[in-house]
Amino acid sequence: MMNDVRYMAPSTLDEAAGALAAANGAGRILAGGTDLLVQMRAGVVSPGVIIDVKKIAEMTTIEAVGGGFRIGAAVSGAVVGEHAALRQAWPGVVEAINLIGSKQIQGRASAGGNLCNASPAADSVPALVAAAATVTIHGPKGRREVPVEKIHAGPGRTTLERGEIVVSFTLPPRAPGSADAYLRLIPRTEMDIAVVGCGVNLTVQGGTCTSARVGLGAVAPTVLLVEDAAQALIGSRLDDKALDAAAAACRAVCKPINDKRGTIAYRTKIAGVLLKRATAIALERAGRH
Amino acid sequence: MAKTHVSTTINGEPVEFLCDPTQSLLDVLRDNLGLTGSKEGCGSGDCGACSVTLDNRLVCSCLILAPEAEGHSIRTIEGMAQGDQLHPLQQKFVELAALQCGICTPGFLVASKALLDRNPDPTETEIRYWLAGNLCRCTGYDKIIRAVMEVAADMREAAR
Ligand SMILES: Cc1cc2nc3c(=O)[nH]c(=O)nc-3n(C[C@H](O)[C@H](O)[C@H](O)COP(=O)(O)OP(=O)(O)OC[C@H]3O[C@@H](n4cnc5c(N)ncnc54)[C@H](O)[C@@H]3O)c2cc1C
Ligand code: FES
Ligand code: FES
Repeated sequence: MMNDVRYMAPSTLDEAAGALAAANGAGRILAGGTDLLVQMRAGVVSPGVIIDVKKIAEMTTIEAVGGGFRIGAAVSGAVVGEHAALRQAWPGVVEAINLIGSKQIQGRASAGGNLCNASPAADSVPALVAAAATVTIHGPKGRREVPVEKIHAGPGRTTLERGEIVVSFTLPPRAPGSADAYLRLIPRTEMDIAVVGCGVNLTVQGGTCTSARVGLGAVAPTVLLVEDAAQALIGSRLDDKALDAAAAACRAVCKPINDKRGTIAYRTKIAGVLLKRATAIALERAGRH
Repeated sequence: MAKTHVSTTINGEPVEFLCDPTQSLLDVLRDNLGLTGSKEGCGSGDCGACSVTLDNRLVCSCLILAPEAEGHSIRTIEGMAQGDQLHPLQQKFVELAALQCGICTPGFLVASKALLDRNPDPTETEIRYWLAGNLCRCTGYDKIIRAVMEVAADMREAAR
């Protein structure tokens, strides 16, 4: 690794954002480091300043707020998975975050890092998109709040401006009869990159789906919010006809790559299959609430 | 190049060291502190040979910058035996031949202990998933899984 590098661990967001802006593009935020350190070792990135955000309380805590939750962007997957109330309200978001890597990786990896690394296959992102999560961003010009699906700009690229840091995710309050689920397809059972990932979030009242959101990963340059799939589910009793229409809507938005993990035809087909399976899991969970 | 000064706790003892800001915790353990039990298999988080705990959380020391250890508590394989008294997991790995070349073994032991500290009664499936981040090119895993299951059973028996 390069040697003329500075490491800092500020305890406030203003200091961190100031240092990031002052580094003029050569600064990198360090959360769990499970992407950043791998990339530094491979020589893909060589930051001049590394800004460790794990001493910033707002970024490392989970809070129940206004009926929903605020998850600090740098909270590790292991800590997310141990939060019983969060697991209960958002099982799909939690299972997606907990799918990232091994137990060792879970000890460090954060949802903020997963989002900001901007891999189209990032596991937590389709679930967070389906959940209608918003992110709070802190930068030199102050704070802004944007839907999570607005952060990815392309593989490895985000819409964050210079000096901006993702502080936390906000998950909205839950209506009764709501639940979510995330499924990914990988060639092994553990420790692999999603061929397709699908998050589904439903509210079901009296057997009818009253609201739905669908997030799809690894089938396009960015994680997608599939509004047509949601529209196909909303108002239905989640019968075969509605599921077929939603699966078709998922297939229609796929613009996947062709690689050793999956061909274009395979990824496209699987997108529809996972939509149906994730919807079935979310429906079953919603029935328990 | 300015070195970074770090104060931390390793296996219960206060430790101070100087490091380069981008040196990994694994490199500092091995090269600066002579704690060569933790191994480097890959350097990229894939193999688990470098497993340690940080504030009782299982992590890969190859994916932690040494300065991140400041103020935290690290435990390595060197802290597992009590003097000459092997930890039950170490003893069982020997008895059941759950190792061959041994390079993965410190990582498996640290990871298995982290599991049993949390869950004294894991199923075989739970053990296999928990250890999915530890790779072994020699044993075929089965003996490792059996060893962890037997130790868990022994420890539960002893706790009665
Ligand atoms: C062995 C292994 C297995 C893996 N398996 C998976 C997997 O199954 N699924 C998956 O999706 N990923 C996987 N990953 C990738 C990685 O672990 C995840 O993307 C993880 O969530 C990254 O989080 P982090 O906190 O470690 O990020 P870091 O490495 O700390 O940061 C990642 C990037 O985001 C930037 N960043 C981090 N936080 C912020 C913030 N709050 N604001 C602005 N920028 C920020 C950093 O500067 C860096 O560029 C794996 C990695 C390894 C090494
Ligand atoms: S050396 Fe750290 S995981 Fe392989
Ligand atoms: S015993 Fe050789 S790698 Fe596991």
